[in-house]
Amino acid sequence: MTAKVSLRGLYKIFGPDDTAMVPHVQAGMDKTTLLEKHKHVLGLRDINVDMQPGEITVIMGLSGSGKSTLIRHLNRLIDPSAGEILVDGQDVMKMGQAALRDLRQKQMSMVFQKFALLPHKTVLENAQLPLSVQGADKATCDAEGRKWLARVGLEGFEDRYPAQLSGGMQQRVGIARALTANTDIMLMDEAFSALDPLIRTDMQNLLLELQKELHKTIVFITHDLDEALKLADHLVILKDGAVVQQGEPQGILLAPSDPYIEDFVSDINRARVLRVRSVMGPVSDESFDGEVDASRNLEDMIALTGGDTNHIYRVTDGGEVVGQLDMKDLVKALVPRPATGLDR
Amino acid sequence: MAAYDGVFDGLGLRDWCDVGKEDAPMSMAQLLAQSGGGGAVAEEGGLPFPSLDVLHEACGRIGQTRDLTAGIERGFLSIRSELKFVLDPITQPLSWMLDGTLWVFQSAPWWVMIPALLLITWLVSRSKSVTAFVALVLLFFGFIDHYEVAMQTLAIVFVCTGLSVLLGVPIGIGMSKSDTAQRTIVPILDLLQTLPTFVYLIPLIFLFSVTESKLYGIAIILYAIVPVIRLTDLGIRLVDKDVIEAANAFGLTAWQKLSRVELPLALPNIMAGVNQTIMMSLAMVVIASLVSAPGLGVLVLRGIRNLELGVGIVAGLGIVLLAVILDRVSKAALARVDTGRKER
Repeated sequence: MTAKVSLRGLYKIFGPDDTAMVPHVQAGMDKTTLLEKHKHVLGLRDINVDMQPGEITVIMGLSGSGKSTLIRHLNRLIDPSAGEILVDGQDVMKMGQAALRDLRQKQMSMVFQKFALLPHKTVLENAQLPLSVQGADKATCDAEGRKWLARVGLEGFEDRYPAQLSGGMQQRVGIARALTANTDIMLMDEAFSALDPLIRTDMQNLLLELQKELHKTIVFITHDLDEALKLADHLVILKDGAVVQQGEPQGILLAPSDPYIEDFVSDINRARVLRVRSVMGPVSDESFDGEVDASRNLEDMIALTGGDTNHIYRVTDGGEVVGQLDMKDLVKALVPRPATGLDR
Repeated sequence: MAAYDGVFDGLGLRDWCDVGKEDAPMSMAQLLAQSGGGGAVAEEGGLPFPSLDVLHEACGRIGQTRDLTAGIERGFLSIRSELKFVLDPITQPLSWMLDGTLWVFQSAPWWVMIPALLLITWLVSRSKSVTAFVALVLLFFGFIDHYEVAMQTLAIVFVCTGLSVLLGVPIGIGMSKSDTAQRTIVPILDLLQTLPTFVYLIPLIFLFSVTESKLYGIAIILYAIVPVIRLTDLGIRLVDKDVIEAANAFGLTAWQKLSRVELPLALPNIMAGVNQTIMMSLAMVVIASLVSAPGLGVLVLRGIRNLELGVGIVAGLGIVLLAVILDRVSKAALARVDTGRKER
C-alpha cells in the first residue's frame, strides 16, 4: 500500500534565516541552544510520517509540540525550512501558485479548531464555499451544500447564520464544508477541542460513521489521548517538534518507547481502549468458557465474566479462530508497563 | 560688533564671511538698530541664541531666516507651471462634478429635491424615525429661507465624500496588504490631518484660479479622505486570522479573498470611516468658503467679516443640523450592516 501523504525529513525553524539553521539542527543542536545562540525557534525536527489512504492518522502532542505547525505543512499554509511533502507521490514543495491552489481546492480540505466560518454568510453559503470558489453553478452548489449539511445532521438550519448556532453545530457546518469540497484528504486541526465533552463524543462518533462510508484519508490533530486512541488507525506522538513514537495505537499503549509516552498513557482507562486482539495469546487449551470477538474491549470482557479471572475464552475474528484469551493476562494488561528498554 | 564675531574670527572664517558683505541685505534688527539707536540690545541681552539672523550679523555668508521662507516660495513658484500642467487636467473632472452636482441640487425644484433626498435616506437607513427627522430638518431649512445654501453645502459634501470613498478604500486596501505601504502612507495621513487646513489652501491658490470649484474640492478631499483610508486599513487588518486561514486553506484567490471575506468583514469599520469622512468634509466646507465654495459657509464667513451676529449663528446652527442628519443617516446604515450579520 503506497502512502497517500508522506513527509520526508521535514524541518521547520521559525526565524529570519531559517534555512541556514537547518544544518545546526541536523547536527543535533537542541531547541534551547538554538534559541540562545541563534535566536531561532525550532518548530519541527526531522519528521517522517506516512499517511495511508482511507486511514485516520492522528497526530498527538501537548501544546507547543508542533502538531498544528505540522498539519499546516500538508497544504503549505506554512512552508517548511527543509524536507519533502509528497501527496500522491507529487512534491507539494515544487508546486506553483496555481497548482497549489488546485491542491487546496480539490485534494485537501480542512476543519479548524475555532470553526473559522464566515460570519456574514448563512450556514448553506458556508457549506458550499469550496464549490462556489471553484466556480460551480448555483444549482450544484446548493444541492451539494444541502446534501452534506443533512448528512451531518443540520437539515433545516441552512438559512441560519453561524452565530445563531451552538459550538457543536458550528463545527458540523465546518465538517460539512470540508465534505462539500469532495477531497480525498481531510485535515482536522484540533477539530473537537473547543467543544464540551459530551458533544465531543458525539462528533467523534459522527466522524467514525462518516469515515466508514467515505474512506477518506484523515489527518487529525489532538492533544487528548482518549480521542486519539478512539479515532486513530495510525498514531503519531510528537514532543518538542519531533516524533517520539508512531504506530498502531494499541501497540503504543502496550509498549511505550519513552517515559514521556508512558506518562501519557498511564492516566487513561486502559480497559476501555485495549481490545481483546491486543492481549490474546495463541491457542493452547482445549476447552473454553465461551467465544468472544477480537474487537471487543477489555471492559466488556470484565463485565461478561463478572470479575472472575479463571475463565479462558476462544477469540474469533470474522468467524475464524485467531487465539485465546486468559482473563489473568487481561488483568495484567491493565497495569501500565514501563517503557521498553528502560529499567525502573 | 555682533555677538558671534569672535567665533568666526577664531575659526579663521573671517575672509570667507566678508566676501560680498557690502551687498548683503539688511536684517530687520539692523534696520531698527540704525534708525532707533537700539544697538545696545545685543550687548545688554548678553549671549543671544545663535539663530540664523544673529549669525548673519556676524557673518554675511550665512543666510537669514527670511531666505528660508523666500526659498520655499521661489522653489514652489519655479515648479508651479509644471505642476499646473500635470495637475490641471487630472483634477478638471472634479470641477465638472462639483459644478454639475451644484447645478442639479440648485435647479431641481424643492418639491422634487426633498422627496428624492428622503427616498435616499429611507433606502440607506430603513428607519422611519431617521427619515422623519431628515424631512423635518429639510423643511425647516426651507422655512427659514436657507434651503438653497443648505443644498449647495449638501452637494459639495456628497461629491467630496463620494470621491474620498472611491479613492480612499483602494488606498486603504493597498495599505492593509503591504507593511511598507502602511509605513509610508501613515505619516502622510498624519500630516494631512494635523496640518492647519488653511496651510494647504495656500499652495492650491497658487496652482489653480480661485474661481475654479476644484480648488476647494481638493482641499476638502485631502482633509476628509484620511479616516476612510485609516479605517479601511484597520478593518481589513482586524479580520479574524482564523477565517483568513480557512480562506487560504480552501484555495481562494486573492480577489475572492478580498471580495468574499475581507471587505464584507471589514465593512462595519469602513462604514465608520465613511461617517467620519462625511463629518470632516462638512467641517471643511466653512473653510473652503474662503476660496469661493458656496453654501452655508459663505454666510458664516459673512457673519465674521461684517460682524452680523444673527446671520453667522443661524448659518452655523444650520451646519450643525446638516451634520446631525448626515451622521444619523450614515450611523443608521452602519447599524443595519452590523446587525445584518450577527442575529436577526
